[in-house]
Formats: sequence, C-alpha cells, structure tokens
Amino acid sequence: MTAILTIAGHEIREGLRNRWVATATLLLAALALALSLVGSAPVGEVGTGRLTVTIVSLSSLSIYLLPLIALLLAFDTVVGESERGTLLLMLSYPVTRWQVLGGKFLGHAAILAFATTVGFGSAAAAIAAVAPQAPTVAEWWNFAGLIGASVALGIAFVAIGTLVSVTVKERTTAAGVAIVVWLFLVVLYDMGLLGALVATEGQGFLGETLPVWLLANPADAYRLLTLASFDGAGAVAGLEAVVADLPAVWPALALAAWIVAPLAVAWTIFARREL
Amino acid sequence: MTRDAIRLTGITKRYGAFTAVDDLTLAVPEGEFLALLGHNGAGKTTLMKMLLGLTRPTAGSLSVLGTEGGGAAARRALGFLPENVNFTGGSSGRAALRYFARLKGAPKAQAEDLLERVGLAAAAHKPVRTYSKGMRQRLGLAQALLGEPRLLLLDEPTSGLDPMLRQEFYRILRDMKAQGVTILLSSHVLSELQLRTDRIAIMRHGRLVACDTLQGLQQAAGLPVRIRVRVPEGGAERAAAQAGPGARVLAANGRSVELGVSLADKMEALRRLANGGAGDVEDLDVLPPSLDDVYAHFGGSPAPDEEVAP
Repeated sequence: MTAILTIAGHEIREGLRNRWVATATLLLAALALALSLVGSAPVGEVGTGRLTVTIVSLSSLSIYLLPLIALLLAFDTVVGESERGTLLLMLSYPVTRWQVLGGKFLGHAAILAFATTVGFGSAAAAIAAVAPQAPTVAEWWNFAGLIGASVALGIAFVAIGTLVSVTVKERTTAAGVAIVVWLFLVVLYDMGLLGALVATEGQGFLGETLPVWLLANPADAYRLLTLASFDGAGAVAGLEAVVADLPAVWPALALAAWIVAPLAVAWTIFARREL
Repeated sequence: MTRDAIRLTGITKRYGAFTAVDDLTLAVPEGEFLALLGHNGAGKTTLMKMLLGLTRPTAGSLSVLGTEGGGAAARRALGFLPENVNFTGGSSGRAALRYFARLKGAPKAQAEDLLERVGLAAAAHKPVRTYSKGMRQRLGLAQALLGEPRLLLLDEPTSGLDPMLRQEFYRILRDMKAQGVTILLSSHVLSELQLRTDRIAIMRHGRLVACDTLQGLQQAAGLPVRIRVRVPEGGAERAAAQAGPGARVLAANGRSVELGVSLADKMEALRRLANGGAGDVEDLDVLPPSLDDVYAHFGGSPAPDEEVAP
C-alpha cells in the first residue's frame, strides 16, 4: 500500500513541479467563473436559480474539457517512462506492476480531482458572492453533485489514458490514440447516435435501447448523471423526456465501470509485458 | 556453507525465432565478484533482466538470493544499475534518490550518505537534466546501493566515464565486496577488470562459453606468455635462440623482438634470457596473456548479422 502512495505522491509532485496542477486548476476556474458570472440566466418563467443554470453550462463544457485534460495527463504515463528509459529502473525495485500502475493512476486522479474541485468550487463561491438571491440548499447539493460527477468523468478518462499508455509502443502514437479516443467518445459517438435516431425516427430497436447506448459512453453517462438527475437541470437542458425513468444510480454505475474496466485491462496488459 | 547468490539452470530465452540466451547454467556463490563479458548482443542484458524478474525465461529455472524465480522479494535486497541509466529530468538528484529510497524502504538519511559517497553532495540540488554522463552514472550507482543490497547487478557501469571516476567507482565496489556483497558486472573494458574480479564468465551468442578465474582461463586458452626483449641491432635470432626451444618469434623489428612461450616454459625462458650477457639481451618485459587475449580466444566476435536486439 505504501508503495502505491509513494508512487502517487511522486506523480503529484511531478504535476506540481511541471505546473500541470496549477494550469489545470486555473483553466477550470477561469472557465467556470466566466460561465457563472458572464453568462446571463435565461430564467424566464421556469424560475431556475443562477446556480442551476451554471450547472447546466458547466457540465456541457466539462464534457469536452475534462476528458481532454485527463487524457493529456495520463496518455504517456507508462510509454513515456519506457521511452525515456526510466521504466526499467523503476521495475527493478521491489514494487509490483500493479503498484506502479495503480500509483500513477491515483496520482493523476488526485491532480484532476483537485483541479476540478477547486476550479468549480471557486465559481460557486463567486456566484454566492454576487447573486442577487442566495442559491438554495438544494442548489448547493446539486452543485456538489456536479463536482462529484465531473471528478468521476475526469477519473474515467484518466483510466482510459492509462490504458492507452500501456498499449502503444511510442509516445507519439499514444498522443494520436488519445486524440482519436477523445474525438470518438466526446464528439463522434453522439453525432452517430443522433444521426441514427433521426434515421429511425426514434422508433424500433434504437429508440427502445437508447438509455443503454447513452450509458455505454462515459461522456453521455456523465450528461445523464448531471442533467437528468438534478431537479430542474433536466428541464433547462431539455433532456427530461429522454430519461425520465432512469434512476441516477445507473449513470453513476456506468461511470464507475468506465473507471474500473480500463484500469483492469491496462493492468492485465502491463503485468504480462516483458521488458 | 556458502549459499549461492545466483543459481541459473538451463536458462533459455527466445524472442520468436531469435535465441537470446541458450541453455545457460551458472552458479554464483555469495560474496563473489563475477565479470560478465560478451559481444554486443551476446545476451548479458537479457540475463540481468531475467535475474530481476523483468523477463521470464522460456525454459530453465533460476533463483536469486534464495528466492525461486526472483520476484519482488529478491529485488528488495539487490541493486541494479542499467546501461545508460536515466532519471526524470526535472527533479533534483536529491529528490530522485529520496524517492527511490522510499520505494526500497531505505531511510532518508541513507540517501544523503550515498550522495556524499558518490561525490554528488554538491550537485544534488540541481535538476538531473543538467548532469553530465559521469554525474548520472554516479547517481545511478547511488540508487543501486540503496537499502544495503546483498547483490549488485551492474550493466556496463563504467562506459563513458573518465579514468579518475572509474577508479573511484571500483574503490566503492571494493568496499562493497569487503562487506560480502555479491557483484555481477558486465563490461567491455577488460583491462580494469583483470585484477579485480574473482571469476570471469564469457557469453557468446547467448551461450556461456567460459567461466573460471583468469588463471584458469589463461591455462585453458593455452595462449603464450609474451616476452618483449630489447636487443642490440640485428640480435633478434640470437635472443630467440637464447630463450630456448620453446620460444617462438611473434614479431620483430630492428631493436626489439617479441617471443612467445607457453606458461610452462616461461620461467625457464626467463632464466636463460636473464643469464645471457648484456650483449644479447638489453631489457625484457613479461606480458602474460591479458584478459583481452583470453576474451578474444573464447568470446570471439559475432557474425555481422548476429548483433540483433529482440
């Protein structure tokens, strides 16, 4: 256990030293603040609070940004060390493959969790300071939920990035694969799904199994988790019809699966690798 | 009874059609300083990787420090210095060594001591990317010595180092040997190994072709002792005749001649040469077969297409 923590601590220290932590935190904070302060609230008759509107816009942005940051953090975690020649030295120590992989994953996850929490949290604090009427307790809970779900999304993509880093032989290949993964899961998947839905007019097999298709993608699972489960957010986002009956536990489980499964596959590959 | 620090039995490693290590059997008793020689691609690094448990042998069994198969437990008590050791560029030497100390379960103070010992105390706060090759090797040696290892695996540790640094390096190794640490060192620089190792193992195309003390190898090779004699002008044949029937002329130029005698005939030839008048022999030097000669005899050089990395 201490080996994992030592390695995780090392990754965090590296993240601090090469300014990744600071950059990611500032980036997320800046965007969150911009969205919350500058964006005007389209409240009209729906009567949603400022914070809830921020939740919607933040989560829409998070779907694009958090996976990208996570992949950039983790895509070369093993292949980079292998190319530099430092992996051989590390593995000559009394540490198991799992401890190395798990430690790196934990370190990156911690960095992303910190950046997300502090970044989004500062936006919430700003709203609380300037909003004409204070957000309700329910809205605060929802915001906390948003942070939690965003952290989960980020960690899921850290796991995916870690998997990418053990499957390729060169760091540049890993970068390419990471971009393709991002493009597919975050952009193209939904386009394809939408196209198919339009083509079948929402009837038939696709219409019936739509929730499954959405849960199968971590970005969509996150969307379901944040937009559909928080009262009021679904109305603003216009998704209520889609997943009115879906309990929040399913998207949460899907995200959890997207954290565990890539990591497990990565470990299987890494454990059998011969140096 | 001395336990074997390393025991390899019938170890074979194949990468597809390429055989990197071929049916290798070797036992290294505790406390021995073994030199591992061989051409590039002979399988030395592959052997070390198997000892570290980084690669699994295709066939055969091995035990390291009593642990069958050599896993994480064995790695706790051994130190490894890879060829061209590298560290994450941005951290300081001190930070890197402290990190490795934590991984090995060694106290932080030990990292400081080792930095002092390898002569890096002054530069320890600078980032590793600013280090010269010699400094990186020193840091590499320091990390290999963490945790008071019982076995040291050193892969070409002195390549690219200046002579002074090499001397320091062997001084540290001598101290380790005095503490009973087993050392397995692979190198191409034969001259510095000659007087320092207990046994020499020579690998060729993945096979162990020789493993003995230097004397044993010299005898087995049957290479001649070379006696370089300085003679007055034109005195080459006289000097050869002086040395006796066992001496062959290996080379001659004007004022000096190199004679070859077998180990058995060496003393006789020397006595005869020394007893000759100053008119025949002005000076002589005795050159026993060096490690270079022994290595050339056993190790040879690979065919052009055989130096392949898997």
